Amino acid sequence: MIWAGVLLTAAGCFGFKLAGWTVPSTVLERPLLRRGATLLPVALLAALVVTQVLAEGRSLVVDARVVSLAVGALCLWRRLPFLVVVVAAAAAAALVRLL
Amino acid sequence: MRRSLSLGVAVGLYGASFGAAAAAAGFSVVQACATSLLVFTGASQFALASVLGAGGSVGAGVASSVLLGGRNGLYAVILKESVPAARWRRVVAAQVTIDESTAVATTSPRGLEPVGFWWTGLTVYAVWNLSTLVGAASASAIDPKAFGLDGAVGAAFLGLLWPRLRDHGRVALLGALLALVAVPLTPPGVPVLVAGLAVLPSLVKR
Repeated sequence: MIWAGVLLTAAGCFGFKLAGWTVPSTVLERPLLRRGATLLPVALLAALVVTQVLAEGRSLVVDARVVSLAVGALCLWRRLPFLVVVVAAAAAAALVRLL
Repeated sequence: MRRSLSLGVAVGLYGASFGAAAAAAGFSVVQACATSLLVFTGASQFALASVLGAGGSVGAGVASSVLLGGRNGLYAVILKESVPAARWRRVVAAQVTIDESTAVATTSPRGLEPVGFWWTGLTVYAVWNLSTLVGAASASAIDPKAFGLDGAVGAAFLGLLWPRLRDHGRVALLGALLALVAVPLTPPGVPVLVAGLAVLPSLVKR
């Protein structure tokens, strides 16, 4: 049963990906679709930030991940390299959990 | 390119937790690795493992998982404009069309979009699959939380969002709020989809 789930999911997800790459360009010239396609990642990334940092299953919790995000934001604000942002954020959460 | 590699490593390392989650849900090591190799889109993989692990039906698991993966099709539509790919390359490009590769490509300087896309996509693919193997094999032995990897992924997403906040701050704020409201009401993974509704006010306005 697990194999059926894995293979069907793979087929569905790859189907969406490939469809996006093969849809004729004429369909894509609509401004509404273009604007939606530009804005959608913004909304999804914002949602990924908050769910990654605050969600635990179906509940919202404040833990070491919030410290990670704050440190990450500080690094981004200081225009530090991306690797520094990520490593500093990981170190912050690991440190808070050690204490 | 450096951005691609560091994000690839940060997100890819989180694959260890998918491997562990899949093992906990009753996946064999081979099944966990096959999921990462074939499905390769994190949220969908976690959704599948969590539904099946909780005793959910294959149909329910596949439905929520594929629905979550639908956004990758939209990413491909955006990417096609700046990342040239013909024939068989398109098939490879399709498989590495995910949140991270799209985000890096679309925030790359003009002309460098293909570099951002391919480096991120292939780096994340390599590390994600290797770490899935490690995570599944050692299952509970690895604790991504002890290394702060969950927090690092959140910061990585923020880093991707950062350059867009100036122009689209309101959409980001609305998306974040919608996701927070949806977390207690919907299964994991769905709040991100709900947040997609945040683009509607901006679209209707015109």
